[in-house]
Amino acid sequence: MIDSLGVPQSVLLLGGTSDIAMATATRWIGLGTGRIVLAARPSSRRDDAVARLQTQGAKVEAVDFDALQPSTHAAVIEQARSGGDIDVALLAFGLLGDAEQAWHDVDVAVELAQVNYVGAVSCGVALATAMREQGHGVIVALSSVAGERVRRSNFVYGSTKAGMDGFFLGLGEAVRGDGLRVVVVRPGFVHSKMTTGMDTAPLSVTPEQVAEATVDAVAKGRDLVWVPGPLRVVMSGLRHVPRPIFRKLPL
Amino acid sequence: MVADRQVLSGWGGTAPSSALLEAVDPTTVAEAIRSSNGRGVIARGLGRSYGDAAQNAGGLVVEFGHTSDHIVLDRDASTATVSAGVSLDVLMRALIPHGYFVPVTPGTRFVSIGGAIAADIHGKNHHVDGSFGSSVLSLDLVDGTGETRTLDPVTTPREFWATVGGMGLTGVIVAATITMRRVETSRMTVDTERAANLDELLTIMADTDDRYTYSVAWIDLLTRGRAMGRSVLTRGEHATVDELKPRQRRHPLDFDPGQLLAAPDLIPTSLIGPLSIRAFNEVWFRKAPKVRRGEITSLGGFFHPLDGVGAWNRLYGPRGFLQYQFVVPFGAEDVLREAVDRITSAGHASFLAVLKRFGSGNAGPLSFPIPGWTLALDLPADQSLAPMLDRLDDLVVSAGGRVYLAKDSRASASTIAAMYPRLDEFKAVRDEMDPGRRFTSDLARRLNLTEGP
Repeated sequence: MIDSLGVPQSVLLLGGTSDIAMATATRWIGLGTGRIVLAARPSSRRDDAVARLQTQGAKVEAVDFDALQPSTHAAVIEQARSGGDIDVALLAFGLLGDAEQAWHDVDVAVELAQVNYVGAVSCGVALATAMREQGHGVIVALSSVAGERVRRSNFVYGSTKAGMDGFFLGLGEAVRGDGLRVVVVRPGFVHSKMTTGMDTAPLSVTPEQVAEATVDAVAKGRDLVWVPGPLRVVMSGLRHVPRPIFRKLPL
Repeated sequence: MVADRQVLSGWGGTAPSSALLEAVDPTTVAEAIRSSNGRGVIARGLGRSYGDAAQNAGGLVVEFGHTSDHIVLDRDASTATVSAGVSLDVLMRALIPHGYFVPVTPGTRFVSIGGAIAADIHGKNHHVDGSFGSSVLSLDLVDGTGETRTLDPVTTPREFWATVGGMGLTGVIVAATITMRRVETSRMTVDTERAANLDELLTIMADTDDRYTYSVAWIDLLTRGRAMGRSVLTRGEHATVDELKPRQRRHPLDFDPGQLLAAPDLIPTSLIGPLSIRAFNEVWFRKAPKVRRGEITSLGGFFHPLDGVGAWNRLYGPRGFLQYQFVVPFGAEDVLREAVDRITSAGHASFLAVLKRFGSGNAGPLSFPIPGWTLALDLPADQSLAPMLDRLDDLVVSAGGRVYLAKDSRASASTIAAMYPRLDEFKAVRDEMDPGRRFTSDLARRLNLTEGP
């Protein structure tokens, strides 16, 4: 169960080896979370992640999870629940891809859409079903400011995040009366494995900052947060910039 | 049967969860228990437990309707047989005019008889009379198999004492027979005095508490330094007719406490911040007389001052609040002092902090009171409190103390196991009474109160 201070006893990480997932898990373990279920493809990276979280004092279970296999997602979540309720589920998987290749190569475009949107939606539906059954739970969806106003520079990725962002905001409304909550987290540019070698954007953040904002949002009952916070103001301005001007902005 | 899915939380308004809420009466309880799914069932009274004791995520929550409520007074034996859904408020309004007061009352009248037994509540007279369970002569309970059983401390001591303080996990209490206290009037005579700091307070209480039936200290947890722990101590007795003013003597047993005001329905943010709390504490301390003896007050004013403000819990805003209450044995005054020091230094303002001396405990394995000092305080729910409260838990465990399950909303399972060394004994009795482990709650899940030995 989640306690009165918003600390969960058990957390499911979908895409559990990502830098943000690891940083968030670390933060929760520090506050007293005792059980982490790490859902990811079997790999040495997953083994390392399990070992790292175990040394921090949590009981860690690894579950095989492939974002590209939506038909298996409900079973993955059931497997995660077999050891007890899941108090918080963090959707931390996603592909960035090469922005130019993504709209020239159909396979790349479709894979981005399948992982970032289809996979997220199927996990969202399966999680909502499972959590309605258990009568409580928080779903945290890692979205991106790239989805808030989709830009030319990475519009395939941006469009997938726009779709998943909308889905989870809507899901949050749909489950309001069920004792569940959905938190959408919109980070800006995050320094992580996924963005190694890319040019840094203004207001960029570290995975630890995203983790801090996520843990805080879960505790405070927020349903939508930007990381860093001021991005909210920037984005609410950018959303209304006319297209001809937006096109010329160095974004 | 009426059942619908509802989001429930405790009085602190934290950690809500949804469950099927079903109104039952004594004839339909067994059927409801048998119909519960794998997520189990728990009884809910008036929802005054601060944390997650009376909610059951994904399962069934039963509450009593009031159509079959009854109160049967036996004047000769000075006992009352009462259905479990009846509140202390209703019981007092019914029986005080006849000269009978409840054996134990907490700081609110809005608790049910079932909840009072399940939490084994205590009041200002604990140092003399013990907790609520000590006044229960027998109780009727529907167990996990749907069987109605009559339990009492003589013929079924294990089951009876597992139920007293058992947080509803041994079954649904349907009715109980309790010993009532004879009173001549519905008023109190109260002595009030101020203590300049914690040490002075402890000395006064240790030396003179036993002269009074009722005693409690309000303690300021904001003032630091030499005046740390400055307090207002109020102690009293039921007034006799002779002590009343002539005008009051005409109707000595009148009892009709009203509600003065109610907190508004919608409070967007917390109205309780460090500044408002500091001002409140200052005024409260200053307005108390240095010493005042023999003041005649109403029962409500003495026992239930907060019942005068409807839904005061909403004042903490949408994020809610928690209450931290612990007890440490006599001799562990240094731990009490350190706890007060840590809370005061942390600057987490608390509106309502009360200190009380407990007398002997009872045989309930999960009953909270043990002889010693108990401190209770309210805190706005904020994650930054977690490290301090965890450290306080460690201090309390090291002193052989414990926190109160009816108020807990954030302790860990291992901490609770260390605080309640008879937890395994409780689980064993519980498993006999509920072999299918149907009774459970969010509290039980969070603290692992029912699973495995």
